[in-house]
Amino acid sequence: MRKSMLIICAAMLLGGASIPVSANSDLMAQFGGRDGLQKIVDEAVDRWVNDPRIGHHFANARLPYLKAQLGEQFCELLGGGCKYAGADMKSSHAGRNLTNADFNFLAEDLQIVMAQHGVPFSAQNKLVAKLAPMQRDIVTK
Amino acid sequence: MKQTSRLLSGMMVAALAGPAYAGSLFDGGKLLATGGVSQVEGAGGGGLTPWALITGYGTRDGIGANVHYTYLNTGDYSLDTYGVAVGLFDRLELSIAQQKLKGIDAALDGVEIRQDVFGAKVKLFGNAVYDQDRWMPQVAVGLQHKRNKGIDGLQGLGVNEATDLGAKRNKGTDYYVSATKLFLAQSLLVNGTLRLTKANQFGLLGFGSAADDDYELMPEVSVAYLLNRKFAVGTEYRAKPRNLGGLDQEEAAYDVFAAWFPTRNVSFTLAYVDLGTIVKAFNPDDQRGAYLSVQLGF
Repeated sequence: MRKSMLIICAAMLLGGASIPVSANSDLMAQFGGRDGLQKIVDEAVDRWVNDPRIGHHFANARLPYLKAQLGEQFCELLGGGCKYAGADMKSSHAGRNLTNADFNFLAEDLQIVMAQHGVPFSAQNKLVAKLAPMQRDIVTK
Repeated sequence: MKQTSRLLSGMMVAALAGPAYAGSLFDGGKLLATGGVSQVEGAGGGGLTPWALITGYGTRDGIGANVHYTYLNTGDYSLDTYGVAVGLFDRLELSIAQQKLKGIDAALDGVEIRQDVFGAKVKLFGNAVYDQDRWMPQVAVGLQHKRNKGIDGLQGLGVNEATDLGAKRNKGTDYYVSATKLFLAQSLLVNGTLRLTKANQFGLLGFGSAADDDYELMPEVSVAYLLNRKFAVGTEYRAKPRNLGGLDQEEAAYDVFAAWFPTRNVSFTLAYVDLGTIVKAFNPDDQRGAYLSVQLGF
């Protein structure tokens, strides 16, 4: 009994892995599609820059580039069919001395902007769940 | 207790006066609601159960602290709890709470029992929030040392303390391990706790009895659904031992709750709690009622 369960589980896992990665149009739609997502990213970055708790970290940032890169990355994370080609999180944040508090304040600003754009909380959490483990590469202090 | 309160109030004023920012020792850097609320014995958690989360909004670089007041009314009994708790570097949590159970109707009208609870909790491993790509929960171990201060209002029956009701001791220590996991993609928080305890009705009726003085392992479960950044609803279950025989056929406690976190400085929890019967020999009714808790801190 136990063995057959294991085999079934393994088959399901393998089967799941072989399903081609298709664009998750439902989730992207909840972010307003690629355009809506980009508006959210643009506003989130502006909010970070103007947030007295974390704004100083963006003093030397190339904001248009950052917005474009993040838009691609979030689109990929949401299954929107994009391919983020930028630097990995570890090298892009190396030496920035970011703390957990910085990381969380940034996430909070993003949550607020997503809510302002009417993204359902359950959909927001699907994106935040993909971003959360990046804490290990981003927070170095 | 008084000195600790004064120290904590001082810290709180200092922290509330200035805005939270990274680099400050009071960094207020955790995400909203991720310090939990104050459970009935003063630890960070849900309403009934301590969670593996460390109380307050300090990250691993900072300190958080809070005070809370909780009022529970079942019609026949009321329970007042207030306390202070501090979370140090998202690693260690220390708490003090005082509980006051009062009979406000029925057979035990006018009876009053007080208890102090001293708590400590250490996070061992895992991160409930960041580890979204791992199955590993955040795990903490803790203890709650409880000192029952005696029973007022039953002197006529020769009852002055819990031992006069059949408890073996008036003091006891619970030990627990908690595992908390945030399933963020599902907007769900799940906590499981295993508690070693001898406490009769949380210790309000003392600890153990002549017949049954062994530690028992009691499970507790909380599930919360996050409605948005500031609101969570959920339900809890907490098993309790039954040491006092026919006098107090103790039952498990349940609740359903809604918690609101308008800012990092204040939270409100409203719950409907079922404590089961309390001293069934005197009062056979299930004790159910409203529970309101307010937490102030940073």
